[in-house]
Amino acid sequence: MLKAKNILTGAHFLNGDVACAEAALVAGCRFFAGYPITPATEIAETLSMRMPELGGIYVQMEDEIASIAAVIGASYSGLKAMTATSGPGFSLMQENIGLAVMTEAPCVIVDVMRAGPSTGQPTIPGQQDVMQAKWGSHGDYGIIALTPSSVQEMFDLTVEAFNLSETYRVPTLLMADEIVGHMWEKVVIPPMDKVRIVNRKKPSVSPEEYKPFLPDDDLVPPMACFGEGYHFHATGLTHNESGYPRTSSAEDQTRLVNRLCDKIQKNADKIVRVEEVMLDDADVAVVAYGIVARAALSAIKKAREKGIKAGLLRLITLWPFPEEHVAKVAQHVRAIAVPEMNCGQLVREVERAAKETPVTFLSKLGEEPHTPTEILDAIRRAA
Amino acid sequence: MVQEMAHPFSKYLRAEMMPHIWCTGCGNGVVLNCFAHALDELQFDLDKLVVVSGIGCIGRTAGYINADSFHTTHGRALAFGTGVKLANPELEVMVISGDGDLFAIGGNHFIHAARRNIGIKVLCANNLNYGMTGGQQGPTTPLESITTTSPYGNIEHPFNLVHLAAASGATYVARWTTLHVRRLTQSIKRMLQKKGFCFIEVLSPCPEIYGRYNKMRSGLEMMGWFRKASVIDSFSDPSKAEITPERIAVGEFVDVEKLSYERMLHEKISKINEEAMEKVS
Repeated sequence: MLKAKNILTGAHFLNGDVACAEAALVAGCRFFAGYPITPATEIAETLSMRMPELGGIYVQMEDEIASIAAVIGASYSGLKAMTATSGPGFSLMQENIGLAVMTEAPCVIVDVMRAGPSTGQPTIPGQQDVMQAKWGSHGDYGIIALTPSSVQEMFDLTVEAFNLSETYRVPTLLMADEIVGHMWEKVVIPPMDKVRIVNRKKPSVSPEEYKPFLPDDDLVPPMACFGEGYHFHATGLTHNESGYPRTSSAEDQTRLVNRLCDKIQKNADKIVRVEEVMLDDADVAVVAYGIVARAALSAIKKAREKGIKAGLLRLITLWPFPEEHVAKVAQHVRAIAVPEMNCGQLVREVERAAKETPVTFLSKLGEEPHTPTEILDAIRRAA
Repeated sequence: MVQEMAHPFSKYLRAEMMPHIWCTGCGNGVVLNCFAHALDELQFDLDKLVVVSGIGCIGRTAGYINADSFHTTHGRALAFGTGVKLANPELEVMVISGDGDLFAIGGNHFIHAARRNIGIKVLCANNLNYGMTGGQQGPTTPLESITTTSPYGNIEHPFNLVHLAAASGATYVARWTTLHVRRLTQSIKRMLQKKGFCFIEVLSPCPEIYGRYNKMRSGLEMMGWFRKASVIDSFSDPSKAEITPERIAVGEFVDVEKLSYERMLHEKISKINEEAMEKVS
């Protein structure tokens, strides 16, 4: 009960980074390892203050590579664990994100996206890491990435990210942008008993019978942790269901890599979330995500005022890509517009899912996201 | 009649992982054997042990020991181990890895783990080159050694690992060779009984690769070098303990007490957590 009280249930005025930190605590995260980087630093600062109050651990590592490595270690020691970073740090983490995928370590990585490439514009928003989220580490794998459009959603999706990560034993990415991270808005933190919390499946067999990478029907193996007497081995090498290296077996490589992809793709209908606004009778659809979707919402409303039937498909899940939702919308509209704060990344996925339906792309780089007027102009041209 | 005999250390090893991958004459088996001896002599609770390693020949050790174990990406064993130890300080986190893994790609993690004084125990098999990839020069390769990437002789100065560990803040620092099996075993036992960051370097022969290029073609010849050059010089100045063809200073160099990072952290957390709970109750 006391612990529940220490969660800040109630209405607050917070910025996105702080909302994310408070959500992690609500989700049961008790380990944070990170390295300071704009515009994600406030997540680390908040958790350095708040973690110990709830009995959790904050550790500042020597770099982002170490941060994600420590997070995987803490996850294998049984704690819900996270790190938070931005583009340059996200790049450094990629190899160990692959390790977390391969060893099926539940963990959450927050990327508050700034403008890249390289050091780029540290205080300026971007959506330039969304393809890296899917393809950043070498090899084939499935991953989950969510993207918030508001400070409330920064809170809600952080909790959701932990739940998905624990359910599927996969690193789950929260792809925010600098505006959502630094913007101040009202956030309602519900009472603990109203929050859905998911914890990883534990083995139901004896240590002698336990195979750490033998999946259940949902393709996810139950997870023993260090110190529980299971004496299991985990490795970044291709391994069999007992966890032992199989570095030249085509059969083990095929089975393992396919399962790592399938456990996300075949559960996509349970993972994927979108918001559909005024799409039922729409002639033109805008597909948008993050802060850009806020401008897109204004734009479709303005279009409706001018007699153009426009609707919005707001992506909440980026990966696995909401392919079926886009395909369904594409069947009913004449054209789709995709505004992104990059040079054209997720638009490629939209085009693939939209098939014959024409897709217009609106790029925006630098200080501000698209204005509603810019998106409205695109809607007009498409209509 | 041939009688089946159990290996005396079979309880510490994973039979299904044998045979191991190491070459004839390699010293890694000796390192593993000494570690198993130390566990046995201490009657160490295997449920409390986590063996973590990086990439390289000795990195496979994590898979051979019958405890919880994790084989990380190259260089990241200490960073991974930091998460393990902080999340559950009751666990004994043992990092067993090589010189290239710990001091080239993982060098930054080593100095910071030692600086924090996190209670991780590091056993480094130093074979003076990158063995698994076929014998390239690395951060400990002696000057003028021939390797596959220093075909004209190595011109990089090698790290003196015991000096580096001592300067970075380790509370226990020792160096032995695979010739010194009893002393190495005693040293591992000492390390397992300490609380802070501990480091043991073991010079381990790599005759198949390093030796082949440097006129020591057999394990015996490399052990001969260790025998001829080793001088037990315990608690001497680690800055003067460079490895040269003529002299290998071995022994314990540092053995001090200092509050471990995890103890300081968890004491702070308990205090802050208690105060926070009082505030809301």
